[in-house]
Amino acid sequence: MKPFTFTLRQEPPQRVDLSPLTPDRLAGKPIAQIEEIEIGVTRISTKVGDLFKIAEGDLKNVRFEGGSSRFDLLGTKLLPGFAIHVEGDVGAQCGRLAKGGRITVAGSAGPHAASGNLGADIEIRGDVGEFLAGPLAGELAGMAGGRVIVRGKAGERAGDRLRRGILIIEGDAGEDLGARVIAGTIFCLGEAKGRIGYLNKRGSIVLARGGCFGATYVDCGAHELTFARLFARSLRNHSAPAADLLSRKLRRYGGDTAVYGKGEILTPD
Amino acid sequence: MPDIVRNGVTIDDNFAEAFPMSGTGILITAPNAKWARQAGLTMTGFATSVIGCGCEAGIDREVSPQETPDGRPGVRVLLFAMSSKDAEKQLVNRLGQCVLTCPGSAVYSTVAGEFEIKVGDAVRQFGDKWQMSKVVDGRRYWRVPVMDGEFFCEGKVGLTKKSVGGGNLLIMGADWDKTMRATEAAVSAIDGVADAIAPFPGGIVRSGSKVGSQYKGMSASTNDAYCPTLRGVTKSALDEDIGCVLEIVIDGLTDNAVREAMRAGLRAIIEMGPEQGAKRVGAGNYGGKLGPFHYHLKELLP
Repeated sequence: MKPFTFTLRQEPPQRVDLSPLTPDRLAGKPIAQIEEIEIGVTRISTKVGDLFKIAEGDLKNVRFEGGSSRFDLLGTKLLPGFAIHVEGDVGAQCGRLAKGGRITVAGSAGPHAASGNLGADIEIRGDVGEFLAGPLAGELAGMAGGRVIVRGKAGERAGDRLRRGILIIEGDAGEDLGARVIAGTIFCLGEAKGRIGYLNKRGSIVLARGGCFGATYVDCGAHELTFARLFARSLRNHSAPAADLLSRKLRRYGGDTAVYGKGEILTPD
Repeated sequence: MPDIVRNGVTIDDNFAEAFPMSGTGILITAPNAKWARQAGLTMTGFATSVIGCGCEAGIDREVSPQETPDGRPGVRVLLFAMSSKDAEKQLVNRLGQCVLTCPGSAVYSTVAGEFEIKVGDAVRQFGDKWQMSKVVDGRRYWRVPVMDGEFFCEGKVGLTKKSVGGGNLLIMGADWDKTMRATEAAVSAIDGVADAIAPFPGGIVRSGSKVGSQYKGMSASTNDAYCPTLRGVTKSALDEDIGCVLEIVIDGLTDNAVREAMRAGLRAIIEMGPEQGAKRVGAGNYGGKLGPFHYHLKELLP
């Protein structure tokens, strides 16, 4: 069955909040009613019908033909079993608090992508902005489950306060990758700069390129880790470079000993 | 009814009586097959009978590196007990003392059951707060630092209450050598059946028991009807041509696994014939009133 499709007519005149356009919130609504949903965020009205041409289809798969960096909150609180695909860019907070399901973005994403993700599988083929999978201001924890894969580069503070789940950045990462991580796993297959794993408590940060991680990360030697073999197998179909990285002998740096210090940075020996 | 004869082997018109059990198990992997097997052997030692060992356990099969979650060689161990509580207690104890201690080992769930019991979630505390948890594809695993690296263990493993314990074959032959030859052939055939184990030493028990004893307080004692040295002085089940009896006890995750294991064992004994192997095969029961599972030998014939 064909996916339920929103085809972009024109670049949005203002930022738009796409959180109402998830499968569970669209279920049971006729097209005329969907077209009337207000998605503008200013006093000027922007409705779904103004931006999109809608083609009815299988609501398990929602597809956006055309994207924009003004598409905010796409796939918010997405539920398990549903999928959203965007053939283009998205704006801020894509996949915010998603409980499950799958979001794929063919273009790039703005800041706070996968913020507070609870279990969704999110793939962004382009780049992402700052605070990938991080918390919003005032929140104590970032992503708490699921898997996020960025094929391009990530902005600063990716994986901030990560609590659970897997984050894979296939390109370079901005400054302070994995800062304040509580637990979970972060991969960076490109270059990572700045204070990597700053105040990391129990998280694992796997880097393709080694370096100096500061005095609070302590060398624990190079090891063949059983968990890495299982992890590599699980990631093989999703990110082959990450799986390859895990299949190598890894040097373990324990830290951040400035805080709880039960986390680690792993790099190829 | 007359007994059935197949390829010269007499098959008693009798049945094995079996009981419901709680079944669980783990997949143990190691850097090589030797140490995977060693962990499995150690953990299933002193696990022949629930009466004295608390559980019955054995190695179901060796698992190739292609089939294991971490790509290392492994063994699949099954463990059966009279209650899920007993099974959990025995599994956690044996895991902690025999598998955690075994160099290079890692543990994964291998039984798809209606219930889950905590294993890694219990053993993790050995890590003294240095243990790390990893969730992979929705399953929680524990990395416990140990002196050869890390002990990697799945948090929970499956348990099923649909298991069956006590399927059995009584193999009777002219002497020890011939009876053993037939019994060993049956055990190796049973080894090839998935989800079933023979928990006794090498899969074989020579001291089959009957219910009750002449001593007070002993619930089971030697099965004198099948002791060849008592043939003349007791109400014996043996004819003159039988000089040795060995038994195989089978536990399985399902009713069908026990049935298939008995079928495979019986086929191997019959194929060998009475010249090389056993003259007669029987089965043990308690009159059919105690156990809900009955396996009639005549229905399992090849």
